[in-house]
Amino acid sequence: MYTQGLNVKDEHPAAAEDAAKLARFQAKIDAEDKIEPNDWMPAAYRRTLVRQISQHAHSEIMGMQPEGNWITRAPSLRRKAALLAKVQDEAGHGLYLYAAAETLGLSREEMVDQLLAGKAKYSSIFNYPALTWADIGAIGWLVDGAAIMNQIPLCRCSYGPYARAMIRICKEESFHQRQGFEIMLTLCRGTPEQKQMAQDALNRFWWPVLMMFGPSDKESLHTADTMKWKIKRFSNDDLRQKFVDATVPQGHYLGLTFPDPELRFDEASGHWRFGEIDWSEFKRVLAGDGPCNRQRMKVRTQAHLDGAWVREAALANARKRAERAAAARIAAE
Amino acid sequence: MSEAPMPLWEVFIRNRSGLPHKHAGSVHAADAAMALQAARDVYTRRGEAVSIWVVPSSAITASDPGQKDELFEPTASKIYRHPTFYEVPDEVGNM
Repeated sequence: MYTQGLNVKDEHPAAAEDAAKLARFQAKIDAEDKIEPNDWMPAAYRRTLVRQISQHAHSEIMGMQPEGNWITRAPSLRRKAALLAKVQDEAGHGLYLYAAAETLGLSREEMVDQLLAGKAKYSSIFNYPALTWADIGAIGWLVDGAAIMNQIPLCRCSYGPYARAMIRICKEESFHQRQGFEIMLTLCRGTPEQKQMAQDALNRFWWPVLMMFGPSDKESLHTADTMKWKIKRFSNDDLRQKFVDATVPQGHYLGLTFPDPELRFDEASGHWRFGEIDWSEFKRVLAGDGPCNRQRMKVRTQAHLDGAWVREAALANARKRAERAAAARIAAE
Repeated sequence: MSEAPMPLWEVFIRNRSGLPHKHAGSVHAADAAMALQAARDVYTRRGEAVSIWVVPSSAITASDPGQKDELFEPTASKIYRHPTFYEVPDEVGNM
């Protein structure tokens, strides 16, 4: 998903880095040692990580919206409890990631400002609407499935705080995918109308989910540095193929069909081959013109504004209590 | 313009196994009570903890990574601090 921040070219002019420090830094990475916040690192490594981790954090926070809409309409208490827990996890994951990004020298307030000003991106997938209950199943099964595929290699990322956050996140996310698949399975074993709902959700989400892995390797020329620095470990197309191979048999188990006439199993390679992705749609959604971009930003901005007085009051209260405690100490002396 | 920064706290949790408190991550909160509450919500959603500590991040003094070698390297040559350095005949059994 969530690695879309790594598909952007670092536009900064290449700064002259100290060759000796650079060599030591690279040796450490080659030895699979972790880079920690106070260690020396090249400016471009820091910039790439700040962009990637903060966009990952924003994706978790924005990702609460399509599912949050369905909490009050979940069809049973069991489903409601699971969905609440999942959305709460997304909030938690956003917070772990903001904290990891902050170790690189950017404050959370600054990151939030960048998101709200439209300067920072978040995963394209959250700009698609969740129209029916089956979409909640499809999001868990496919969106979280794709996210896990992307995130597992990040657990071995060279930057310590990011890798540690990803380990926690991956552990917690496996329930997300399973609960989504269970929703799909229940619908597929239900009435013909329910199965049709599941099929419709798969039809709408399949291609946008494949886009989550980012541009094709033919297009994406920015991977050399991130691979060398061991931030990214697999190419976009490799991860996408892995996801397709894992997911197609699951869909067939559900008795569903994929909205791709070119999808076929290639005996020779052992892979599922799929058709060409509509990259113009991907670019359009990334540029801000997807079905829900404006609505998502509006909701996020409003939530932030609505919470401002709470943050302000909490700080004022903490200040007042600290002052009173100090006054009492002086009086007692 | 950015809002006033919320103070940062480091979170340490102890799990059921009785091991020492271990660093789990950090949270932003106005005061210690709210930091504890936030730490509970963010880091213990699956019964990970029986106890939480929160410490203002600004109160932590850390060693300088640049001094890593002189601080930690000297122990590498002191292999006599490990039990395997000493020879005990097999007939004696475990010791």
